[in-house]
Parts: sequence; structure tokens; C-alpha cells
Amino acid sequence: MTALQIIFLITAVITLGAAAMVVITRNLVHAALWLIMTFFGISVLYVLLNAGFLAVAQVVIYIGAISILMIFAIMLTRRVQQDFGPQTNAAWPWALVIAAALFGGLIWIFSGWGNFFTQAPVMGERADPLRQLGMALVSPEQYVIPFEVASVMLTAALIGAIMVAWERK
Amino acid sequence: MDLALLLEWIIKSLVLILILLTSFAYLTFYERKALARIQVRIGPNRAGPGGWLQPVADAVKLIFKEELTPAKAYKVIFVIAPMLTLLPALIILAVVPFGSSITLFGRQVSLGITDINVGVLYIMAVASISVYGIVLAGWSSNNKYAMLGGIRSSAQMISYELALGLSIIGPILLAESMSIGEIIDAQRGIWFLFLQPVGAIIFWTATLAEVNRSPFDMPEAEQELTAGYHVEYSGMKFALFFIAEYMKMIAVSVILAALFLGGYRGPFVDQVPLLGPLYLFVKVFVLLFIMIWVRATLPRIRYDRLMAFGWKLLFPLALTNVFLTAVGIILADTYGPAFLWSIPLMSILAFLVVNYLARDRIATASAQAVSFRR
Repeated sequence: MTALQIIFLITAVITLGAAAMVVITRNLVHAALWLIMTFFGISVLYVLLNAGFLAVAQVVIYIGAISILMIFAIMLTRRVQQDFGPQTNAAWPWALVIAAALFGGLIWIFSGWGNFFTQAPVMGERADPLRQLGMALVSPEQYVIPFEVASVMLTAALIGAIMVAWERK
Repeated sequence: MDLALLLEWIIKSLVLILILLTSFAYLTFYERKALARIQVRIGPNRAGPGGWLQPVADAVKLIFKEELTPAKAYKVIFVIAPMLTLLPALIILAVVPFGSSITLFGRQVSLGITDINVGVLYIMAVASISVYGIVLAGWSSNNKYAMLGGIRSSAQMISYELALGLSIIGPILLAESMSIGEIIDAQRGIWFLFLQPVGAIIFWTATLAEVNRSPFDMPEAEQELTAGYHVEYSGMKFALFFIAEYMKMIAVSVILAALFLGGYRGPFVDQVPLLGPLYLFVKVFVLLFIMIWVRATLPRIRYDRLMAFGWKLLFPLALTNVFLTAVGIILADTYGPAFLWSIPLMSILAFLVVNYLARDRIATASAQAVSFRR
């Protein structure tokens, strides 16, 4: 077992454990903090995959923006942060079956893929995945149309947010 | 990954943390002395010769102070919050090189922990985490003043982060890289301060708001909020907030020096690599003095004006600056490098125009806010 695999296992256990704690814990603020822990775990996984840009973007967007919004929302609704009702309902066995089936199905599909058991190749000193990603996003042969569509959608969302918050006189 | 490299990283991280902690202690001394001189006082002069042991005395006092936890506080988060505040301040400088490499024990050791290819983005990410400590401290104290302080400060930090991120894009575009090391190397000929004067001003203003320094120290407005988010904290937990604030001051000065003032670069630094940290220290020292100077000079800005300033003046200006930088780089690519100088010309012009246009806009906006409150 290489050092990378050990780090991966530790990260995976922490990430999954934190994700479970998000739904188990009864305090909403604690749940939000566990969710942040999960996001951190995912960003460490990106680092292990040599995707430094995605890792940092994960921290900026999910932890720096989305989670802080959730924490704000929870803080401003003080009375509902504790809930003592039952945490499962009658359908939980079905959810378990579906989750297990999905997991098994994913493993089955990936095991059919030729590279399932190969080690990740080591990147050379000169490799620059960030530059490749940037070029891929703006080159017409690759992803420029999805990229531009996403930008237009985000602009529309921004304008929509301004319209919703507009104070009409 | 061999063992020697791992050891090198651990030692360098330890050294960086120790340097930060020591310089934090003496930054408080520096600030008190400089403030005192500006206000024609003498400042701390009792502990040790010339007051030089004052930080030690402060540390001893804070360690032996009684720690109180309010009975109705949310205990776990109340304890975690100071740590969450300190952590980003400690790790943010990991991507900034403090000099080129030197040879030590037969090994080529670079001065700086690591220089990753997304260094600038890493800085933004760590800066965006640092909101948490303050929000959670304010919330978990279960005290309305602390809560108000926490909410104010997080709103302020989120607002100014936009302008901060946009002002960093100028150096990235000019250096064609997000690695801090390469940005510093790109300033071999000329500092980016001269090509990006408006970017540097926006960065400086936004970071002052980011680290909650005056004139943007709303979260700690004593008159309205008693002390803001850390009103319920005492002893070492309070000291952690204090340490974090001063360490962030050092960190943003180092980052500004790296992005706009050529970092460790200076005359003869290629021949004598050890001069690098010295140059960086001088630049940071000057920048810290400017921070203290601003605190001694400017009064605190009112909260609604602070938000109006951030959103209506700083943010559009930063956006314009990014656009003009891109235009300038295209001009320079087409007509020759002399056209790079169109960037400062155009951006200073935009700065003056935005300044002029926004002047009465902010005034009317805050007047409306006041009439709305009544």
C-alpha cells in the first residue's frame, strides 16, 4: 500500500463519516459544520487526483460561499435549530435498497471500464493541467459552447436576483 | 516522496509559524509605539529597556487571565470559533516564496513552503474561509451584540472579497500565471504597482476591510457593539482573535508586496539570495506602517456607507480595471510593449471618473437609508 492510498483511505473515511454526521446530528448548525468538513474532504480528494484548481475552487465556492449562506440562514431562524422528532420514516428500508443498488450498479459499470485497476500515471514536472483546462474551456473544438451557456445562465441568475431584490418606488 | 523532502517541509512550516508568531508579538508593540508617536505620546516604555519586553508581559497577562464561558453559550462552537479564526491566518502564507533558493547542507532549499500553480486562488480560498471564525464566534456567544458584530463583519468580508478577487486578476493577467513565484519573477523589470496602480489601491482598501482594520473596523465598534463578535471571550481565547487579526495584517502585507511590489526582488538578489527575505521584510515593514498610519488618521466609516462604498464604488471600479488591463495587454501584443503603459493611464482615468460619478450617488444612497430607518 502506498502512502497515497493510505491518505486516500483516511480522507474517504473522514468524508463519509462527516457526511453521515450531517444527517445524524440534531443541531442544524452542527450539521452545517459537518457539511463543511465533507466539502473539505472532497477538496482533499481533488488534490490527490492532481486537480489543484478544482480543489481550490471547491473550497472557494462550496465552503466560502454556499455553506456560509446556509449558516446565515440557520442563524437567522433561531427557533428551528433543534428538532426532536424521529429521524427516519417508514420508507427507510426502501431508501437503503435503492442506495445499495445504485452503489453496486456504479461499481459494476466502472469495473467494465478498462482502466479500473490501473494506477494513476505520475504527472511530469512540466505538466500544467491548469493551462490545459483553461485552453479546453475556450477552444471551439472542446467546451466553449457549454462554457458560454453556463456564463449566460449565471448572468441571467444574477439579473434575476437583482430584479427580486429591486425596491420598486 | 522521499523522507528528506518531508522533513524539509515540516521544518519550513514550523519556521514560518514561529516567524509569524514572533512578528505578531512585535507588531503589537510596533503599532502601539507608532500610534503613540503619531499622537505625541511615548507609548509602552516600562517593561524592559525601551519597552521592548512589553509583548512578553502582554502574553503572560493573557495566559494567566481567567477564562469565562457564558452559561448559555453553544459550548463546542464557542471553543472551535477562535481556532477557526487563527487557522487561515497561519496557513495563508504557505504559497508565497520569501526568496529564491539557497544551498543548505548540500540540498537546494527554496525559501517558501510551496509554490503551487494555483497560488493566487489558494489565497482567495483561505481568505474566504476566515469568515467562519467570526460568524460562529458571534453566534455561539448567544449575545446580541456579539451576534450583530459577527453578522456585520461577515457581510463586510463577503462584500469586499469580490473587489479583492477582481483586483488580483490584474497581476495574474500581466504575469500570465497564478503561481505567486512566477508573478514575482514577472516583476523583474518593473513592479506591477506602476502598471496596476488602481488595482493596488483597490487591493489595499479591500484587504483593510477583509482583516477588519480601521477605517473598516465595524465589527469592533466599541460605541455601538461594546466589542463586537468577541465580547464574550476572555483570556487565551480572546488572545487567539487578537493574534489572528495581527497575523492577517502581516499576511496581507506580504501578499501585497508579492503581487504588486516585486516580493523578495530587489537589486543584487540574484547574486545573494539571502537578500530576498530582507527586501521582503523592508517592504512589509513599510506597508504595516501605512496600515497603522491609516488607523491613526481616518475615522471609522459608517456601516451603510461602508456597504455602499464596497458595492457601488470599489466593485465596479475593480471590474473596469480588469477590463482595461485586458485591453491594454491586447494593445501591447498588437502594437508593441510600450502600449502596456496604456493600462495605468486608462485605469487612473477610470478611477477619477468613477470617483466623480460615485460621489453624490453614495451620498444620496446613504441619505435614503437614513430616511428609511426613520
